[in-house]
Amino acid sequence: MKANIVPLDFEKPLNTLSKQINELEQKSSLVNGNKKLLIDLKTEYEKAKADIYKNLSPFDRVKIARHPQRPYAVDYINHISPSFYELHGDRTGKDDNAIIGGLIEIDGQTIMVVATQKGRNIKENQKRNFGMPSPEGYRKALRLFQHAEKFNMPIITLIDTPGAYPGLEAEAHNQSQAIALNLRELAGLTVPVISIVYGEGGSGGALAIGVANRILMLENSVYSVISPEGCAAILWRTREKASEAAKALKITAKDLYELGIADEVIPEPVGGAHYNIEETCKNVLSSIKKHLDVLNKLNGEELRKDRQEKFRKIGEYIQG
Amino acid sequence: MGLKDFFKNRQLKKAAKQQIEMPSIELKSIPSDETLCTLWTKCQSCNQLLYTSELKKELSVCKHCDHHSRLTAMERIEQLVDYGTFIEIDYDVLPTDPLTFSDLKPYKDRLQHAEKSSSAKEAIVTGIGSIDNQPVAIGSMEFQYIGGSMGSVVGEKITRLIEKAIKKRLPLILISSSGGARMHEGILSLMQMAKTSSALKELHDAGLLYISLLTEPTFGGVTASFAMLGDILVAEPKARIGFAGRRVIEETIRQKLPKDFQTAEYLLLNGQIDMVVHRKELKKVFSDLVRLHTQNDKKFFFNDELVLNVKDTPLLAKV
Ligand SMILES: [Zn+2]
Repeated sequence: MKANIVPLDFEKPLNTLSKQINELEQKSSLVNGNKKLLIDLKTEYEKAKADIYKNLSPFDRVKIARHPQRPYAVDYINHISPSFYELHGDRTGKDDNAIIGGLIEIDGQTIMVVATQKGRNIKENQKRNFGMPSPEGYRKALRLFQHAEKFNMPIITLIDTPGAYPGLEAEAHNQSQAIALNLRELAGLTVPVISIVYGEGGSGGALAIGVANRILMLENSVYSVISPEGCAAILWRTREKASEAAKALKITAKDLYELGIADEVIPEPVGGAHYNIEETCKNVLSSIKKHLDVLNKLNGEELRKDRQEKFRKIGEYIQG
Repeated sequence: MGLKDFFKNRQLKKAAKQQIEMPSIELKSIPSDETLCTLWTKCQSCNQLLYTSELKKELSVCKHCDHHSRLTAMERIEQLVDYGTFIEIDYDVLPTDPLTFSDLKPYKDRLQHAEKSSSAKEAIVTGIGSIDNQPVAIGSMEFQYIGGSMGSVVGEKITRLIEKAIKKRLPLILISSSGGARMHEGILSLMQMAKTSSALKELHDAGLLYISLLTEPTFGGVTASFAMLGDILVAEPKARIGFAGRRVIEETIRQKLPKDFQTAEYLLLNGQIDMVVHRKELKKVFSDLVRLHTQNDKKFFFNDELVLNVKDTPLLAKV
């Protein structure tokens, strides 16, 4: 286990082993007995690692999705594009930093990226509002979607948000309308739209930038109508039951793939994206390229139809 | 110590030691004020004396305090456009005095004075040029000419430039520096806001890029029309940009306004512009933005008429 990584509760046994290994390795000369111990510990570590990560519960994945060291939108942007021209503001009075957007390039094609962005610490989170966008953030996103449509740029959205910000000002400025309008306008675009859920897909706040031709999910990301804690508090009447709620709601990438919502699950390194950001970004980029290749071949009307049909099909019911 | 004394001292010192910073021209007597003004420029912000030719090399950005001093319309174009590629258009569209307007001075006299005292024939210079070999339609405002105010000529030249951009399918760049609409042409000035904006509607619907650069200062009818309608809005650091002037607002609301009010940075924070870009980065940013907005579009074509040739170019007059 990398020394600088903050362990999650289910990783504690690994962390203990890893500390023992490190201590042994730091001793300059090893007596033979210690050498054997080191090998044993390493074997034990690998076994424990395989066990733990093979049997992750949905709520364990929620924890990975929320890990403070998980790569965020800016990390992906910096890894997948040689440059990033960030475009700011909704033009009408606010620049919401919970949503970022701008121009990137992939294989000589200009792409509009729009993403939710959390902060790494308290100071950053004051600016980013913990990745919870305000109506102005969604209006900035809409402005950028329309910009992309005008200039024939595919759109990639990167999603990791607890949800749209529930606040007084957000309601006064019509959070609902801002989200609703994005859903409708995204549906009508004639450029490719690819959405990647890379952390928490927090309900309407995520969907507001997620009406896409392709929805891709990182292996340990989740996407849900409500947070497990919120659901537990309402239906189980205690937040303690979040783990049960997480399981019942079917929120993991695999679940969404099986439900026909996610089009692909992008693999993460063992333990989660934060164990190897480079590798994760490489996986994300190759997945983007694969889907972009297909979508770039469709014309505007086909793209629009493809997207609308994707959502038209969603829903389970019986009739008659 | 006045400028002249400063120079006198320097001359005295010259005898004692080898001059390094002094210009190579011979100073037989104490230079006139005019010469002083051309050799040295005082930074408007930090008051440091700057060697004019060096300041020009630094794109008129103060090396001490980073103050971006005001440029003439042509200096601006020279800084952004590839050398020798600029072809001015509509330089023969000239102002008249439609209302025979007179305040303390007749408008006619003001026009005459403006023509003499500024380096341009009206408050905007328009034309076609290339940025890193990418042709663009570009208009640059001249603040020295009646505060860069927009009257019939500014409105007409901008509108023609937009129409040319649509016809040739060129990206458009407009650089604003203006106090707003020109009062001396009354309602005709006001209507230039609508005229330029409706031309921009056509440009927008034609799917063409418009980058608006807002520079110190951009106010009133210019901000409230074409300057704010860019697909991308860029401002220079600390440029003051707004609708109403600071004093008018303070008098109306009877409150002191914050120091950064109506600065480029304030606008960025309030979601009104896309980016604040240092003058030294401007050309690269514009070049990148033009490329990023045109490389996907297969409809975009390079017009043969616009293969710009250095030899044919009426070179950058009056700079
Ligand atoms: Zn200075």
